Amino acid sequence: MLYIVISFLFLAIVLYFLLGGADFGAGIIELFTSEKNRHRTRKTSYEAIGPIWEANHMWLIIAVVIMFVGFPVIYSTMCTYLHIPLLIMLLGITARGTAFAFRNYDAIKGEKTQNLYNKVFVYSSFITPLFLGIIAGSAISRQIDLHPVSYLDAYIFSWLNYFSVAVGLFTVALSGYLAAIYLIGEADNDHDARRFITKAKAMNMLAVAFGGLVFIASEIEHIRLAHWIFGNPVSLTAVIAASVSLLISWILINKGKRKIIRIGAGFQVTMILLAVGYMHWPYLIMTKDGQNLSLFMYQAPEKTIHVLAKGLMIGSLLILPSLFYLYYSFQKKEDTV
Amino acid sequence: MDDFIAARSQMAISLGFHIIYSCIGMVMPVFMAISHYKWIKTGDPVYKNVTQAWSKGVAIFFATGAVSGTILSFELGLLWPKFMEHAGPIFGMPFSLEGVAFFIEAIALGFFLYGWKRLNKWFHWFTGILVGISGIASGILVVSANSWMNNPTGFDFINGQYVNIDPIKAMFNGSWFSEALHMTLAAFSATGFAVAGIHALMIARKQNVTFHTKAFKIAIVFGAAAAILQPFSGDISAKNAAKKQPAKLAAMESYFHTVPYSPLTIGGFPDTAAKKNNFGIEVPGLLSFLVYDNFKQPVAALDQIPKQNQPPIAVTHIAFEIMIAIGSTMMLVGILYFLAIWKKRSWLSKKWFLYLFILSTPFGFIAVEAGWTVTEVGRQPWIIQGVMRTSEAVTPMPGIAYSFYLFTAVYIILSIAVIFLLKRQIKMVPQLYDR
Ligand code: HDD
Ligand code: HEM
Ligand code: HEM
Repeated sequence: MLYIVISFLFLAIVLYFLLGGADFGAGIIELFTSEKNRHRTRKTSYEAIGPIWEANHMWLIIAVVIMFVGFPVIYSTMCTYLHIPLLIMLLGITARGTAFAFRNYDAIKGEKTQNLYNKVFVYSSFITPLFLGIIAGSAISRQIDLHPVSYLDAYIFSWLNYFSVAVGLFTVALSGYLAAIYLIGEADNDHDARRFITKAKAMNMLAVAFGGLVFIASEIEHIRLAHWIFGNPVSLTAVIAASVSLLISWILINKGKRKIIRIGAGFQVTMILLAVGYMHWPYLIMTKDGQNLSLFMYQAPEKTIHVLAKGLMIGSLLILPSLFYLYYSFQKKEDTV
Repeated sequence: MDDFIAARSQMAISLGFHIIYSCIGMVMPVFMAISHYKWIKTGDPVYKNVTQAWSKGVAIFFATGAVSGTILSFELGLLWPKFMEHAGPIFGMPFSLEGVAFFIEAIALGFFLYGWKRLNKWFHWFTGILVGISGIASGILVVSANSWMNNPTGFDFINGQYVNIDPIKAMFNGSWFSEALHMTLAAFSATGFAVAGIHALMIARKQNVTFHTKAFKIAIVFGAAAAILQPFSGDISAKNAAKKQPAKLAAMESYFHTVPYSPLTIGGFPDTAAKKNNFGIEVPGLLSFLVYDNFKQPVAALDQIPKQNQPPIAVTHIAFEIMIAIGSTMMLVGILYFLAIWKKRSWLSKKWFLYLFILSTPFGFIAVEAGWTVTEVGRQPWIIQGVMRTSEAVTPMPGIAYSFYLFTAVYIILSIAVIFLLKRQIKMVPQLYDR
């Protein structure tokens, strides 16, 4: 039963990264679009993410609930030592969700108000994944200090370090990449589609660059990231698979094979998550003094895990089919470009 | 500001904000479904307009409700890590089911809001109903989590350890039904009165009268019915509090000295130092009657509870009085409405009648806030009644005051934005829906 719960936890994290990431990415793309094309990007992303953004963000809630019901000590440790980045992420989520809804549902489309919503939307779309990445990076950065001597040690340096910030930037680039790839398929004319292709390529290069930065930062912080990732067969294979599929995507992207490149992008990101996830399995949090919080040591009592697993299984029977139907119903039909 | 007070205040303001959106999220889909149904059945375009106008407002409320709910899911851990560490596995069951309910709600909402042109009309209608059902289900589930904090069961607390955990038993603790019933009714009466009040104002101003009359009717029928049932359900809640949380009940009533023929105190201000209530009216025996169904049996007062286990009395009592006053008023207004449609049709178009509802617009939500203040403040100093103190649960991080100021600012800005947007929606009704 514990394995079922853990599987759902990882499923929720991966899907939040993919779907929520693409969602944030739409804002990032808008941020990096020239003034004159912005309204077109906005229109495409409204049509593409309007119906699904709330559902996309539910994966975060599912992940949090699994954490505090199933692994309460890990949850409370994160909440204590990563209080500040979590807080900033929450503000980002709040600003972004409301700005997106407000700009679409304001009954009077005034220029000033729309500009304000747009500004809030794009900047919070950048900040939120940045801090999500920082939080994820911090969890494994070995900078969380369970016996801190000062406020700074406990609550600031736990997340403000080169490695975590690099992971944050990497997350931003990946989100932008996912979104651009997704939007290529949603564009309703060639011109827009080409714009998104350019964006996808740029974001991709950025992601590779920031990926490099993560490795450099890990050396600075004495995190043996390269050793961990390349030192175990699963992570190594995952990284190779991601790279190969990346190369294939570059070739296919110009041919307008939307379905395949979408799957490819999803695959690449999933592989990256698998590589990192596996390398520190089964630890979710790694701390300074080497006291790592394992999913197998800090789980809730047997009975709780049991009902949680049942709840998740029954819930997913209801959720997954309707979710697929939602995506299916609001997908742009393959042949409209 | 003290960190502990700041954490409590931040929790209070976050929940106080969220609860407004959750009430609307539970009830508005039901109203929309009814108006939607009437449109499909009668083909009267006014009903379609009402449904669409509501759904645009609701989209704004939903987004705000969803983000404030997300804040809460983290805040429980950010502010009360020790509480979540122990309580999570015990009272987590309703939260996980609630996650499922939210998910279904979000999916159905996507279909509903964006499906006007794309979906089969009955399927579209069904997705709207689904939003309402899952909203109500999530409300009931989360209240069940809260009722566990008031009436913790489903585990044994031995030598500071939480053992023999049974999440199902915890979920169906003895208080869940009374709380869930009272909360669901509250959502209907508060939202019903608020929506009806806004439409009544528009009718009084003679703007789009057909449109607003239809909207008013749907909202007030539910609001009035729930308001009439509310005091009965409140009575069940109070009896339950007397059994499980005598300190809360005594504080609610500002009842200091145990006596037979225990009096019910109406109004007044408690003077905690002198242990008495000033300016209140005491009705002897009524409290005994309400709690035990006989006038004589003494109800336990604050003198039976050690000082360090007493909640803040003034806040609890005054909040309770506000809820009761409003509850009685709303019940009366509700009865008047049914009287009007049954016997006195002519009242319906009278100015004074409309003003009654315009005046009542905020009442339900004020009562909701007051009621939650009773529940939460009345449970103090416990975060888990009788098991864990709130002060033991608070985060060790210093400087929570700043996070409290920050969130207060955020909620103020969001409230202003929502009011601003709602006003613009109402202003646009003539342009969008007049033909
Ligand atoms: C429209 C809102 C509304 C109205 C008109 C009333 N209430 Fe209420 N009340 C609530 C909204 C509410 C609430 C906000 O929803 C609470 C907070 C927790 C809960 O379950 O419901 C609540 C709690 C609450 C409690 C505390 C339960 C506990 O902590 O265990 C009691 C004893 C009552 N109510 C009693 C009453 C009575 C006797 C009313 C009759 C006049 C009344 N309420 C009207
Ligand atoms: C399931 C729902 C709820 C949960 C899990 C919950 C949980 C909590 C927690 C953990 C605290 C902090 C500890 C404490 O002071 O007791 C708290 C405080 C508080 N909550 Fe709730 N709560 C819920 C519903 C609500 C709602 C809807 C309101 C709405 C107004 C509310 C109002 C308050 C207030 C006023 C306090 C501060 C109490 C004080 O400072 O004395 N609660 N709640
Ligand atoms: C008595 C208190 C509460 C009630 C009645 C309630 C009810 C609701 C309802 C009906 C919704 C959906 C409507 C909407 O999105 O506007 C909602 C949203 C939400 N609530 Fe609450 N809630 C309460 C307290 C809490 C607490 C304590 C938490 C956190 C643990 C929470 C977490 C959430 C989340 C995450 C959402 C967003 C779901 C979505 O995206 O649809 N709620 N709540």
